Amino acid sequence: MNKTEIAKFLLDAELERQDVVKITANKVPDLTVEEAYEIQQELVTLKLEQGHSIVGPKMGLTSRAKMKQMNVEDPIYGYIFDNMVVQDGTAISLSDFIHPKVEAEIAFILGKDIEGPGITGAQVLAATEHVVSALEIIDSRYENFNFTLPDVIADNASSSKVVFGNLIRKPEELELDLVGTTLTINGEIRDLGAGAAVVGHPANSVAMLANMLHRKGDKLKDGQIILTGGITGAVQLSNGDVVSAKLDGLGEVSFSVKE
Amino acid sequence: MDITESYANRLLIAEKERVGIAALTDENPSFSTTDAYAVQLEIIKQKQQSGQQIVGKKIGLTSVAMQELLGVDEPDYGHLLHGMVVENGSEVSFERVMQPKVEGEIAFVLNKELKGPNVTALEVLQATDYILPALEIVDSRVKDWKIKLPDTIADNASSGLYVLGGTPKRIDKIDLSQVGMVLLKNGEVVNTGVGAAVMGHPANCVAWLANKLSEFDITLNKGEVILSGALSAAVNAEPGDVFTAKIAHLGEVSVRFSS
Repeated sequence: MNKTEIAKFLLDAELERQDVVKITANKVPDLTVEEAYEIQQELVTLKLEQGHSIVGPKMGLTSRAKMKQMNVEDPIYGYIFDNMVVQDGTAISLSDFIHPKVEAEIAFILGKDIEGPGITGAQVLAATEHVVSALEIIDSRYENFNFTLPDVIADNASSSKVVFGNLIRKPEELELDLVGTTLTINGEIRDLGAGAAVVGHPANSVAMLANMLHRKGDKLKDGQIILTGGITGAVQLSNGDVVSAKLDGLGEVSFSVKE
Repeated sequence: MDITESYANRLLIAEKERVGIAALTDENPSFSTTDAYAVQLEIIKQKQQSGQQIVGKKIGLTSVAMQELLGVDEPDYGHLLHGMVVENGSEVSFERVMQPKVEGEIAFVLNKELKGPNVTALEVLQATDYILPALEIVDSRVKDWKIKLPDTIADNASSGLYVLGGTPKRIDKIDLSQVGMVLLKNGEVVNTGVGAAVMGHPANCVAWLANKLSEFDITLNKGEVILSGALSAAVNAEPGDVFTAKIAHLGEVSVRFSS
C-alpha cells in the first residue's frame, strides 16, 4: 500500500467533487485504524504543501447512536483547514460539494496547549479561552456515505466546511452539557438536542482528542479551534436551503445554500 | 352500566390488579377521542370519590415524533392526582407500576387561573408562578403499550407517577425554547432534548391545554402543576434503574425504582 497515493486519490476526489468507492472495497481491504490515520496524515501533509493551514482538529462519531452504528468505542478525528471556513450568514454553493450534510456543534477555542495522556474534561475547560457555536458541513468522498471506520478516518473524517457563530463565551459561563440546540432549515426544526449528546459533555470530547493525539506524540495547541462533534444528527442539504442553528447562550449561526 | 362506565371500570381494574387489558380500539374501532375523554373523566370522577384530589394536568404527545408514531396531529392531556407524586430522589416500588417509561420535562405552576379558548403562550408565561424540572413516569394499562390515540386518552393519557425537582425558578429570564435537557439512566446519557421539542416552546403546550380544556368547561387553576410534555423520547424503566433529568437553568430531578 502506498499511503501517499491513496491520500492523493482521496484529495483528488475532494477537489474534483467526484465520489469514489470506499478504499477498503478493493484498494486496501485490510486497512487498520492506525494505517488509516497514517493516510490521513499524508492527506494533511498534501494540504499543507498546497499552502493551507490547520485551524484545528475536529471530532466525529461522538454520539452514542453513531458509535453504535459504526460499532466503535472511541470517536474519530480529522482536521479543519483555513480554506474550509465559511463566514456566518453567507451562502455556500452546492457545486463545491459531493453530497453535503450539516450538523450543529460547539467549538472550543484553546488558550493553552493541551497534552495527553490522562486529560479530563475539567482540564480542557481550564485551557479553553472561549466557546462558540458552529455549523459543520460534512461531505464524505465516498459514494452514498458508504464507508467503514478506517475509510472515514483516511478521508479526514468527512471534513468539508465549517461556519462559526460570532458570539464567543467563556466556557465557565455556560453549562455546556445542557446547552439546548436546534437545527432549523427553512423555518422547520429538523433536529435538536443538548450538549450532553456529545460523549456526555463537549469538554469530554476534547479530552478524548488530546489523549488520542498523545498516542502519536501530538498535542492540542494554543489558538486551535476544535469542533467537538454534532449535538444534532447530520441533515442533508439541498439547493435553496436556509440553515440556522440556535444554541442556548451561544446565539445563532447560519448560512444558505445556492446551486 | 353504559359503555363509558364499563370502559372506565375495565381500566380501573387493570390498574388495581396490574394486568394490562386489550386496546379498547381493538374491540371497538369506532371508539373516538371524544368517547375516550368521557372515559378518562369518569375514571377521574371515581378516583375523586375515593379520596384522590386533582393537583394538576399533564400534556402528552407534544413532540412531532410521538404524534407521527400515533398518526395524530395534536397532543392529548390527562389529570394529575395527589397520589401520583413521588419525592425527588426517592425510591418507587416497582409494585406501583406496570410497564413504566421515564421522560424529562418542564413543570409549570400557575399563579392565576387560565381559561380558554384563545389563551396564548404569552398569557401562559404571565400566569406562571414558577417552573421546575420534572420526571414523568408514564405507564399504560393497555397490554404492551399497543395504544392508539383514544386508548391512551381513556387511560388518563398513560399517566403514572411524577417527580418534581430543582428549585422553583421564575420564568422571565429563561428562554424555554432553548433550554437543554439531558436524561441519564444509571449515570449514562440516554438522550438529550431542548424546549423547542414540545410544540416549539413549552408554553405553547400549556396554552393548547387551556384551550382544549375549555371544550370540557374545565379551567386551569391557580397552584396547579402542569407537566408540559417530554423533551425527549420515553425510556423503558427496569427494576433497580435510577433516572436523572438535568435541565439547564432549572437543576435536576431523580428517581430510583426498587429492585
